[in-house]
Amino acid sequence: MSKTVRIFVKGNEAVSRGALAAKCRCFFGYPITPQNEIPEFMSSEMPKAGGEFVQAESEVAAANMLLGAGACGVRAMTSSSSPGVSLKQEAISYMAGSEIPAVIVNMNRGGPGLGDIGPAQGDYYQSTRGGGHGDYRLLVLAPSTGQEAYDMTIQAFDLAFKYRNPVMVLGDAILGQMKEPITPWIPENIESEGGEDWRLDGANGREKRLIKSLFLEEGALAGQNQKLQAKYDAMKEMADAELFDTEDAELVVCAYGSIGRIAKSAVRKLRKEGKKVGLFRPKTLYPFPEKPLLKLAKEGKRFLTVEHNLGQMVDDVRLAIRTVADSDFFPIYPGNLPTPDDFEEPILKSLEGK
Amino acid sequence: MSEMNEKLVFDRPKAVIDRPTHYCPGCHHGVAHRLVGELLEELGVFEDTILVSSIGCSVFLYNYLNVDAVEAPHGRAPAVATGVKAARKDNFVFAYQGDGDLASIGMAEILHAANRGEKISVVFVNNTVYGMTGGQMAPTTLIGQRTTTCPSGRCLEHEGAPIRMTEIIAGLGGTAFAARGSLDNVKNIRQAKKYMRKAFECQTQNKGFGFVELLSACPTNWKMTPVQANERIQTEMIPYFPLGVYKDTDEGGAC
Repeated sequence: MSKTVRIFVKGNEAVSRGALAAKCRCFFGYPITPQNEIPEFMSSEMPKAGGEFVQAESEVAAANMLLGAGACGVRAMTSSSSPGVSLKQEAISYMAGSEIPAVIVNMNRGGPGLGDIGPAQGDYYQSTRGGGHGDYRLLVLAPSTGQEAYDMTIQAFDLAFKYRNPVMVLGDAILGQMKEPITPWIPENIESEGGEDWRLDGANGREKRLIKSLFLEEGALAGQNQKLQAKYDAMKEMADAELFDTEDAELVVCAYGSIGRIAKSAVRKLRKEGKKVGLFRPKTLYPFPEKPLLKLAKEGKRFLTVEHNLGQMVDDVRLAIRTVADSDFFPIYPGNLPTPDDFEEPILKSLEGK
Repeated sequence: MSEMNEKLVFDRPKAVIDRPTHYCPGCHHGVAHRLVGELLEELGVFEDTILVSSIGCSVFLYNYLNVDAVEAPHGRAPAVATGVKAARKDNFVFAYQGDGDLASIGMAEILHAANRGEKISVVFVNNTVYGMTGGQMAPTTLIGQRTTTCPSGRCLEHEGAPIRMTEIIAGLGGTAFAARGSLDNVKNIRQAKKYMRKAFECQTQNKGFGFVELLSACPTNWKMTPVQANERIQTEMIPYFPLGVYKDTDEGGAC
């Protein structure tokens, strides 16, 4: 990989630049705060890269345009924020069912309903449990910094084509709106198109191809679901997490995304005060990195899950460690913006087993 | 005995697969499919074609045409086709939609694809009912027409008026060609094919969005014989949905 200069950009721009570096060549957007910098950036930069930018009439249409471009094996992306991502679920389910690779970015804002335009993590369930109808999974990547936003967007395209599955990059309003330095890099040996053996490009000199999610014949749908399940199981090898100061920790704080980053500051400060605390930050939310978490549990550590919602990822934490331990939970209600200081008291309480 | 001297005058287009369809007796989808197949071959595009199929009886069009295809969610075929065309500018991309799909749940997608002037073609089959689900009221169901969800007949006051899509599509800036034909008799079928050719040529000649509506019979859900259904197109549908070209940018606008 060739390193270039450092640039000072918002997370939304980092995502956009990452997508272009990954040779994304179709982008379908619709305005919604706090992700507007992504379609704005793409509208001017995508044509320069020789790609197509379309401002869709709705989130519904944008996601279905993504379905169409993805079926052609072209690297394509859409972005939105929570209420808009709800509208995209129809096409996301179809893409999962018909195994179309695509990247969907969600800069999570407060909900339910219109909520607010500030940060939140209320879309964890929606992202990791499928989100639309039917039984399916997305690969979900959770960046916590501008650099990770760039890196994980590149990774998202590779994974989408590796597994022929939609991939979600799940950020929040903090990540999307905060400006910080990143070091862009250009991945090598990638193409703007993949799927030579399934993509649609006209049945010229070969058998026609069909990309569909309707399976009416006896046993066909069960076969398709079995195939999808095998794929979701195979994805588990991609599970990834950051472990920070966990070796000798008595209490491990579990948090992802921006909240994981804020929790890290709290852990650092408490470490300086001699408190034996560490951080477990999932970088993939599906597949959830359960193996390293269970290992920590077997070492006898206690757990506190902190989320910017009423308690969603804590379910996955508890499932991962259920045979040996449990996790405390501390919520930050969507609508409030936490600082590292807000985490100190709940961390100390859990550390002391109160 | 003199030698047989036979000349083949009618054959199956290469773009159409040789298999029986699942359609009911008297349904016009088979006729519409054949017209599409003939034109893909005549225009020399069938090996470059990507079909976007929609939800309804015609979802299985991909089983009858020898072309690449992707299945769109209900009503979204014009958005999916927009994405396909964005990825594959050099391919011929068309969607085939029924009236429930296009004029009800997919109203936003069809209007905006047309308005953007997407270089795609849309074949719109209007038979005034939701056929596959069992004959419910469609946005094109005529006033007084009985369906399973308006058993007393469609009422203007409660259910609104049937929507004339071709007239609406013709009013949008990106539309290069919009016309309404009918499949009830040979003369009309030949005319419908001419309209479809022009709609397809808007794409091959890069002019803009091409749209053709085809008035079609659904004898099963109309509870009629095929002959009665054809007569209904003449006596009830065409008076409300007049045939003709509504926009042709070659001819300087609507006629």
